[in-house]
Amino acid sequence: MRNGTLWPRLRPYAMVAPVIVGIVLFVFYPIAYLGQLSLNDYNLLNPAMSEFIGLENYVEIFQRGDFYVALRNTLVYTLGTVSITLTLAVLFALLLKRHTRLGSIVQAGIFIPHVISIVSISLVWLLMMEPSFGLINTILKALGLPTSMWLQSSETSMLSIIIVSVWHSTGYFTLIVLAALHSIPASLYEAAALDNAGPVRVFFKITLPMLSPQLFFMLIISTIGALKVFDTVNIMTGGGPNNSTTSLAYYIFQNRTSNIGYASASGIVLMVLVAVFTIIYFRILSKKVHYQ
Amino acid sequence: MSVGLAAPVLAEPGPPAPQPEVSIPPRRPWAQRIGRVLAAVLKVALLAGFIAPFLWMLSTSLQTSAESSSFPITLIPEVPQFGNYVEAMTSGPFLTYFRNSVIVTVSILVIQLALMIPAAYAFAVYDFRFKNILFGMVLLAFMIPGQVTFIPVYLMMAEWGLIQTLLPQIIPAMTNAFGVFLLRQYFMQIPREIIEAARLDNASEWRIMLRIMVPMSIPALATVVLFSFVSHWNDYFWPLVMTDSAAVRPLPIGIAMLRESEGISQWNIIMAGNVVLVVPILIVYFFAAKHIIRAFAYSGIK
Repeated sequence: MRNGTLWPRLRPYAMVAPVIVGIVLFVFYPIAYLGQLSLNDYNLLNPAMSEFIGLENYVEIFQRGDFYVALRNTLVYTLGTVSITLTLAVLFALLLKRHTRLGSIVQAGIFIPHVISIVSISLVWLLMMEPSFGLINTILKALGLPTSMWLQSSETSMLSIIIVSVWHSTGYFTLIVLAALHSIPASLYEAAALDNAGPVRVFFKITLPMLSPQLFFMLIISTIGALKVFDTVNIMTGGGPNNSTTSLAYYIFQNRTSNIGYASASGIVLMVLVAVFTIIYFRILSKKVHYQ
Repeated sequence: MSVGLAAPVLAEPGPPAPQPEVSIPPRRPWAQRIGRVLAAVLKVALLAGFIAPFLWMLSTSLQTSAESSSFPITLIPEVPQFGNYVEAMTSGPFLTYFRNSVIVTVSILVIQLALMIPAAYAFAVYDFRFKNILFGMVLLAFMIPGQVTFIPVYLMMAEWGLIQTLLPQIIPAMTNAFGVFLLRQYFMQIPREIIEAARLDNASEWRIMLRIMVPMSIPALATVVLFSFVSHWNDYFWPLVMTDSAAVRPLPIGIAMLRESEGISQWNIIMAGNVVLVVPILIVYFFAAKHIIRAFAYSGIK
């Protein structure tokens, strides 16, 4: 069979088949299944007793205040983490651009959080943000600055979660920007120097456009990552206080046992949200990306 | 890229450039020196901000319960309480958690490699019908988070009677869409002449893949394995929603559970458990930081 003319034509399919089958079975089929679940009043104890209720779950979603709270929280968190993380990543990369021994130590240091489980990170920050004996308030007090309730107040809880997430992922994005900075041809900067261009102008006219493919990649990765935020919320706040940190993913998780149909419909909404962001990015921004 | 592409950008009439605060170095060496000192101070502050939480974790793990939750805070414990570690590790089935983590992570890595290499090779080297559609599916799969699919996958696993096993943590992670993508990019950079020459020498496709392409792609493979290891070893969400009992839970869930079992006041015990979870990775990182950093940075450049 192998020496026939058939095998060479079948071979590529055989090679990609396991991966495709895995993806269909554990990504695409579950999405279809999720869609079906979302149209049912699912009975966990006896699935045969489940009842088809059409779009009722979706109608319920858009009538419930707690859903809008979760949606709003997710969008605030996404906007906050993505903008702060990417800005800091560019600033840190510019600071670390020159090859020095201190620079490479710092580079290694800021990347550590990325290889550590978010469980550990959440627990350490939970302790540091403790209002009465936490490290952060102690430092603020020592400096004569106002302290905060951090995770314990609904005013600051989302900000606290954002701080932890930014701390967790900035190192990784800084590294990507650094690698990109080092691949920009020196001749561009030499030309700019001959034109007496100032550093701000050089940054906006050379550095930023040359970084745009990486920034675009980072924007998509960090947005998808932010839209599905769950770990920090579940460990640090449990969605509280007063639902101020309930994200969409946490909302789905909360409803997963009590009301599977409703949780599934929320899952579809989360997926649509990811799709909408991705499509918007590709439509609007991909034209502005400057590929080398 | 060529300079020609950037030249029009430079020629565009932009807003008037503000004068740099630290201007042309050769004329004013003191300005340059101040700039360097300032940069060094900023770098040290940055490093402190990223290291302090780990030192804090370590210090707390050695404090008494009273020291760990009192004001003013204790920076260095009076008498290091190594017993905290014993207590943390005996308060739950730690060995079971650890064993589960090892089995799950190793299985995932081995299966991913076995499936991903041939797929990436086929996508990079062959032309076949539906190739673009199939590859598009791989890319799409990479973008869909587990937070969307976990309910149906859990129900499937329950239907198959696998919930009380480690399999729900392993099978759904068998395919690494990101790995297929990254590896294909790398394979495509390898000159076609090398493959053609090997074919002329009557090397089988299997042999070309394993003896030529794979050895030439070690950096990409290492990157993919490292990425996958870090994300699965540290994963919290997927094991949390796929497991019902301690017998099949991995380490991160075990540590998170420690907080529930010990109560909020026992920070010293919780941090001791946390150190056990973190330190092995920190040690590996300490020795391999340079390679790890390069691998992760590489993945972002496409």
